[in-house]
Amino acid sequence: MDLSYTSEEEEFRARLREWLGKVLPTLPPKPSPDDWPARRAHDLGWQRMLYDAGYADVHWDASPTTRLIFLEETEKAGAPYVGANFVGLLHAGPTIAAEGTPEQRARWLPPILRGEEVWCQGFSEPDAGSDLAALRTRARRDGDDYVVSGSKIWTSHAEVADWCELLVRTDPGAPKHRGITWLAMPMNAPGITVRPLRTLAGSAEFAEVFLDDVRVPVTNRVGDEDDGWRVTMVTLSFERGTAFVGEVVACRRVLGELAAEARRNGRWDDSALRRRLGRLNAEFRALWRLTQWNVSEAEASGGVPGVGGSVFKLSYSHARQELYDAAAEVLGPDSLDLGRPWMLDRLSALSYTIAAGTSQIQRNIVAERILGLPKGR
Amino acid sequence: MRFQLTEEQRALQAAVRGVVGRRSSARSSWLVAPRGGAADVYNPAPLQGAAAQPGDSQFRLDRALWRALGDLGFFSLRLPEADGGAGLGLPEAVLAFEEAGRALVPGPLLATHLAAGEVEGAATGETVVAAADGRLVEWMEEADVVRPGAEGAVPMNSVDPLTPLHRVPAPAVPDPLGILLTAAEQLGTAARACELAVQHARTREQFGQPIGAFQAVKHLCAQMLVRTEVARAAVYAAAVTADRVDIAAARLLADEAAERGARDCLQVHGGMGFTWECEVHLLLKRARVRAQRGGGVTESEELLAADLVT
Repeated sequence: MDLSYTSEEEEFRARLREWLGKVLPTLPPKPSPDDWPARRAHDLGWQRMLYDAGYADVHWDASPTTRLIFLEETEKAGAPYVGANFVGLLHAGPTIAAEGTPEQRARWLPPILRGEEVWCQGFSEPDAGSDLAALRTRARRDGDDYVVSGSKIWTSHAEVADWCELLVRTDPGAPKHRGITWLAMPMNAPGITVRPLRTLAGSAEFAEVFLDDVRVPVTNRVGDEDDGWRVTMVTLSFERGTAFVGEVVACRRVLGELAAEARRNGRWDDSALRRRLGRLNAEFRALWRLTQWNVSEAEASGGVPGVGGSVFKLSYSHARQELYDAAAEVLGPDSLDLGRPWMLDRLSALSYTIAAGTSQIQRNIVAERILGLPKGR
Repeated sequence: MRFQLTEEQRALQAAVRGVVGRRSSARSSWLVAPRGGAADVYNPAPLQGAAAQPGDSQFRLDRALWRALGDLGFFSLRLPEADGGAGLGLPEAVLAFEEAGRALVPGPLLATHLAAGEVEGAATGETVVAAADGRLVEWMEEADVVRPGAEGAVPMNSVDPLTPLHRVPAPAVPDPLGILLTAAEQLGTAARACELAVQHARTREQFGQPIGAFQAVKHLCAQMLVRTEVARAAVYAAAVTADRVDIAAARLLADEAAERGARDCLQVHGGMGFTWECEVHLLLKRARVRAQRGGGVTESEELLAADLVT
């Protein structure tokens, strides 16, 4: 068991830190969450800066430890998060890299890395959320095209996306996990309607997408027809690897800020509150260690992160909600003012036990795939 | 960064598991076999006596086990080789204590381990050492040496039938090392509770299927694993850094994983879990005894809070 980094890793960290110190002061301020065109420009601009400095492909080509250092340092320095590039960099890109043809990789990967194209994710449907395989959006073959009809929901960045990684049903007669196909759909194709959804935290964070006889070329299919479920499982496993590194670092910073605020406003004298923050310190320290453990394990096995990510996500999503509830306790009545720090985050945190597989689904995964309990109701 | 067990550490883990597991199935009915070991032997009969005579435990410390642990290097493993030890570090000690916690080995393991090199015979397991921790002394009457002495000690009606307790008037200063090794034992118990619950949920049938097929039961088990694995990362990391804030974090999470895990394990076992007929109550009671070591959770929480403003 070793928590020290190699000299190459330390050099990478130092180089990155120096670069961040130089470029971050030149960045324009963060745009408002509701101004999607500005957010797109901001996030793509940041990706371009990463590309020019040689950091663009850190999520794809670097070792897990290097990726961990990258996410840790960028978060500590207050650099932008992947934002609108999330799906391209962390979902669609890695999937195309793993499953796409040479032509597909050449077409789609460079624009993602250079910050030229934004992707969104067309997985969930109104009647198929956690039960993803119940999706019903239909694609029928017509010559060299698939003709797609149906609707998708919870689609982040849909308003400004160039491409959508789309799951469609190509064989309605097959068992539900078979008969699904993975397509790259151009978002400017005729027949696509995007309707923004306002979240409980106030912003139009994601959208509903309606598809009415949208034509997608067969050459845009990644993997075989009806093999989309397997391709999708490759995609989802990326999300549960190092996806939360930056967020754990951010939560630990917030915890320090909460303690400082409590000292300022006198709440620190309340030993129950102090102990509550102390316990959260323990939890986020442990989650950071678990991250290091999982990254080391991924590195040792040389493979795609496994179901251990579910263990992390279950604990983290709960702890994140506890953190912002503690923030409300620090603020007292001011916690009802959304203009105060952390209070929008408190609302947003409620999505963490739902998004990317609800906690209930994650517990089933842990129980069945790690503990070996029988499938059932 | 290679935050994983080395081959040598895995070998040590297996060796300790082998000794406590083999002995448990062969002689000591209250010890339970670890995963992959011999079939579980749990015989509640000797425990019934303890129930009948609270405060006057009939249990004698298993001196042969103590010497076997001494031969294995359990007590001496952190001593330099020149002093007859194995020259190993905290991570190895943590792995050994995790196994002891998993098998619920009774006796003042921690006090004897901490006395190795200071008290004659402790390193080899010839001398059994008990120690005051906070206001409590475990296994005082069975020990050859009590550190730092226990004037005015009064016997308690110990909640754990396998840990006789005395109360002492003057509190002793907690040792961070003791807190870490206790957290390692709690981790082992948490892992054991999860294994027992899963084993039961796979085999016990109700409504025509194993109860583990029901989400309500499945989710209890999943949370047991989650708490255990988060605690494991914290305990192992604290063993590497030996940092007192890391140690405080490890103890909070390990205490919770052990106590909550034992309670959930009891719930999964249903009515049987509430009796002395199965071993679950021993996990729970031991977890509660250990949670009082090193000043209890309040001190650890305050230390972690103070860390946020320094």
